[in-house]
Amino acid sequence: MREGEPVLRAEDLVLYFVTTKGVVQAVDKVSLSIPHNQAIVVLGESGCGKSSLARAILRLLPRNVYRYSGKVYLDGRDVMELDEESFAREVRWVSISLVPQAAMNALNPVLKVGDQVAEPAILHLGVSKEEAWGMARKMFSYVGVPEGFLQRYPFELSGGMRQRVAIAMALITMPSLIILDEPTSALDVLTQASIMNTLKQIKQEMPISYMLITHDIATSSDLVEHVAVMYAGQIVEVSAADLFFKQPLHPYSRKLLAAVPRLYEKRALEFIPGRPPSLLNPPTGCRFADRCPSRFERCEQEPPTLSVDGHLVKCWLYAS
Amino acid sequence: MQTVKDALREIRRYPSAIAGLFIIFLLVIVSIYAMITIPYREAITLWRGGEGVWRHLPRTVPPAWINHFRSQKLPETIVLDSRKGAAERQESPLGDGKTITLFYTFDYQADDFPREINIFFETSFKERSPFASIKWYTPDGREISITDIGLRTGSSSFRFNQDDKLIRRIRRQIGDVPVEVGLFVAPNPGENPRPLKGTYQVKIQVTAFDPETHLDAELVVYGKVYGAAGTDHLRRDLRIALLWGAPVALAFGLLAAAGTTITTMIIAAIGVWFSGLVDSLIQRITEVVMMLPLLPILIMVGTFYSRSIWVILGVTILLNIFGSGIKTYRAVFMQVRESPYVEAAQAYGAGDWRIIFRYLVPRIVPMLIPNLVTMIPTYVFLEASLAVLGLGDPVLPTWGKVIQDAVAHGAPYKALYYWVLEPAMLLMVTGLGFAMLGFSLDRIFNPRLREM
Amino acid sequence: MNDYCPVPEIVPGVPEDLLLSVQNVRVWFELRRFGLGVAGYVRAVDGVNFDLRRGEAIAIVGESGCGKSSLMRTILGLHRPREGRILFDGRDISHFSRKELCWYRTRVGYIQQDPYGALPPFMSTQALLEEPLIVARMQDRHQRVERIHKALEEVKMTPVEDFLSKFPHQLSGGQQQRVVIARAILMDPQLLVADEPVSMLDASVRVEILTLLRELQERHRLSVMYITHDLSTVRYFSERIFVMYAGKVVEKGPVDDLIYNPQHPYTWALLAAIPEPDAENAKRFRKVPPGEPPSLIRPPSACRFHPRCERMMAGLCDIQEPPEFEVDPHHQVACWLYQ
Repeated sequence: MREGEPVLRAEDLVLYFVTTKGVVQAVDKVSLSIPHNQAIVVLGESGCGKSSLARAILRLLPRNVYRYSGKVYLDGRDVMELDEESFAREVRWVSISLVPQAAMNALNPVLKVGDQVAEPAILHLGVSKEEAWGMARKMFSYVGVPEGFLQRYPFELSGGMRQRVAIAMALITMPSLIILDEPTSALDVLTQASIMNTLKQIKQEMPISYMLITHDIATSSDLVEHVAVMYAGQIVEVSAADLFFKQPLHPYSRKLLAAVPRLYEKRALEFIPGRPPSLLNPPTGCRFADRCPSRFERCEQEPPTLSVDGHLVKCWLYAS
Repeated sequence: MQTVKDALREIRRYPSAIAGLFIIFLLVIVSIYAMITIPYREAITLWRGGEGVWRHLPRTVPPAWINHFRSQKLPETIVLDSRKGAAERQESPLGDGKTITLFYTFDYQADDFPREINIFFETSFKERSPFASIKWYTPDGREISITDIGLRTGSSSFRFNQDDKLIRRIRRQIGDVPVEVGLFVAPNPGENPRPLKGTYQVKIQVTAFDPETHLDAELVVYGKVYGAAGTDHLRRDLRIALLWGAPVALAFGLLAAAGTTITTMIIAAIGVWFSGLVDSLIQRITEVVMMLPLLPILIMVGTFYSRSIWVILGVTILLNIFGSGIKTYRAVFMQVRESPYVEAAQAYGAGDWRIIFRYLVPRIVPMLIPNLVTMIPTYVFLEASLAVLGLGDPVLPTWGKVIQDAVAHGAPYKALYYWVLEPAMLLMVTGLGFAMLGFSLDRIFNPRLREM
Repeated sequence: MNDYCPVPEIVPGVPEDLLLSVQNVRVWFELRRFGLGVAGYVRAVDGVNFDLRRGEAIAIVGESGCGKSSLMRTILGLHRPREGRILFDGRDISHFSRKELCWYRTRVGYIQQDPYGALPPFMSTQALLEEPLIVARMQDRHQRVERIHKALEEVKMTPVEDFLSKFPHQLSGGQQQRVVIARAILMDPQLLVADEPVSMLDASVRVEILTLLRELQERHRLSVMYITHDLSTVRYFSERIFVMYAGKVVEKGPVDDLIYNPQHPYTWALLAAIPEPDAENAKRFRKVPPGEPPSLIRPPSACRFHPRCERMMAGLCDIQEPPEFEVDPHHQVACWLYQ
């Protein structure tokens, strides 16, 4: 594993939205870093803000932004300082690209698949159409779609194929980082495994990093070396994958892991009672406190992020 | 229903919706007022006009309130009815009969001359007709002889501007001016004559040969303005038509819009749910009907069959049911049909009709309501257009009818702008109100159209 | 439970404890050309056999396109099989008319995959739960309200009053699915058909719902047909598994048997593709059969898995369709490897 400057480092990233009901604190001082040619998963359930995190990093902001601040270092360079035009030119889809949620359903039905994959190259790299199609052909071979499919329309492809096309679209500009938002959640288990294989292969052959966003713990272990757990807009734990999957520290992480059904172990499944807090008015203090089995008085204050045994945990249980 | 309450709450946030609702509210108030103060039968009778109904009103005059904007005040109508004691009456026997003298006095302060002057007689006698002598007294003390006529039994009238002798007398005595001007001005008026302000008197001296003769007379000095809305060529008070136009427009618009939209939606739902032959049939019928031109067909129906507003309404609805709405609703229903809860309903045994009305239709209501509201002005204008083309309902006083009358009598060329503008403005305001409400409803019911 | 529907006749010779018997069922969908004329068939289910006893829970496992949804819809009475028959509680429901199916509908509960889509968005919880009762001609309002209360209590949505007036969008995913389950058990059914009931829910909520279903099944001795593509949840919920591929059942057996001793190459592939949370996974590639599930319009001749199978035996697997072979008691495989 290469050490050194990470490909992406986010520091205290904040993204709040204003809605008719109030301010939604979707991303609340998130810090994480992604080393070169490695993958991290942001684990969290629906409503925890993980999709907003992807948008915050890519600056794909809607019009009702209330607050957007923090630092995002791309290869050591703070890209939050760039103006919109420079960001669009140098970062978005050029250094960081995105495979959005349900991308396979978001393909343009009236354009050929080849055109859609070639488009980012034409737009962002300024290459000609022939050159872009050549690149698209290469991408198809990386993602495992037969070349003949370039001429087809999205409805002629299966779900798994369409997802591969979406990955090719994100890959064609050779970014340093691809953010994948729930890339396999709508797919069958064999297709899922196959796409994970493809992503692993691409990571081996190219100096690319991934930020995977999902709620599916088991599948994420197929791809990543690092795990970050997100709850109610905050990162509550970050650690290396082998540490995490064996022994997570944060009570929420423990519960998440305990809720995964296992094929070969027959044990009772635990579940977490209650619901995550609304991001509209998150509670003061530790946001997981009212569902946490290990809660104590100190939890009424917001816990700091502590470094424990190679993990970063946001929990009072680990304060000395 | 929950959605209705939510919707009403949302409406408060849209100023255009509130404005639209306000306008519609006003229209409803006006309609209710119209229907209460002038009941339907009465309105129809009044509108039909006829013998003597409008005889007190001047012909084609603008509304009275324009005098506020004028430096030179136009005269209002003066009506003096001896039956109501507006005249001094003296009766004295004369031989076998009697003389009846009626004295009318009025004060004239306007800056312009009256439109016309008439006297309406109500006479009853047995044998010989009485003989009337009418004299006019100006404020500056002159006496002008109007006429000497015999009176028939029953109702009769003397119209100052139709009596040749009087016209010539005025020309001789005063100058080359019409009767209405001559009676109100000093002799030899110049280029721009102004009426003499002051007290005028009219004396009607009747020699009756029959002691049982009964006589009443009504002096009407017609002004050049009238009422809140003015009058038309048949002396009708336009207020009737403008007031009654509101409920007619609202009712026609609402019935047509509701009838069409709801029926279209139901047919689309039925077609989509039963699919197969039923769907194909409905689609083919729609495609044919969509090609038919609405206005020409309505014109033909109106010309050859009946102009009754119910017939027109019926044909309009019929032709619009199978319009493009069916295609739109069909597309939405086809999506809704695939919803899991519809499948669940089939699984627990819900029947076809239950599914259509309880599960499919409610999904489309949010789309339907803004459509319906926005379509109302279209139908209001349609009815008005038909009236302007001369195919409006023959008995109903509607805004379109007023415009048609105005245009037919050359209102724009004769500078009788009020005649056209009043109904036109009302039509526009109605359209505006519903449009504003409809578009706001669209944003409320279709959150995707909202700006965040 | 309902007295309204006519009770169909019992087919003689069916064992008492057998609730559902699917015999040689084929479900084909016609492909129409321009609305007239048949261009071909989509052979969604092409010869499926299984039995379900009272109080038993089985899982039907397969990927999309394997025909499990069509099989499920046929069992629910939403589609008629082209061939074969389906016996429920001793009655042949496969060719019932609408009216005859009435009796059947109150005995089967349907739980769908999309909890939000399964509920009419414009109806409150109370209103939508009353619907199946109204359809079953339960006239007495008190009776309906009582049933609804009981159902909501069973799915642990208490206090019940809090939830009755809520609309689907005001409930969380887990709560929505509970309402779906409540709707399914309203009429005291004997069979529950659950189509991917937790795949659209968050991980922690899945466990809750699966546990709930298990409790309901045990408490009321319900038979459950659990349809999923996620084998890892099957152990928590079923006693027997049926693995479907391209319209056919390729392996069936008790859960533990099948998981520890899978026989069919497709089952191997399925099991190999299921990740457990283990960091070592990132260092390995999984073995995945090449290609994709076949089109059901022109399925491969003979064994349907043979184009993707690593153990394909030329001359046999591509010529003849394998019958079922019994590998262990109650554990059958349709594969030539076990001849």
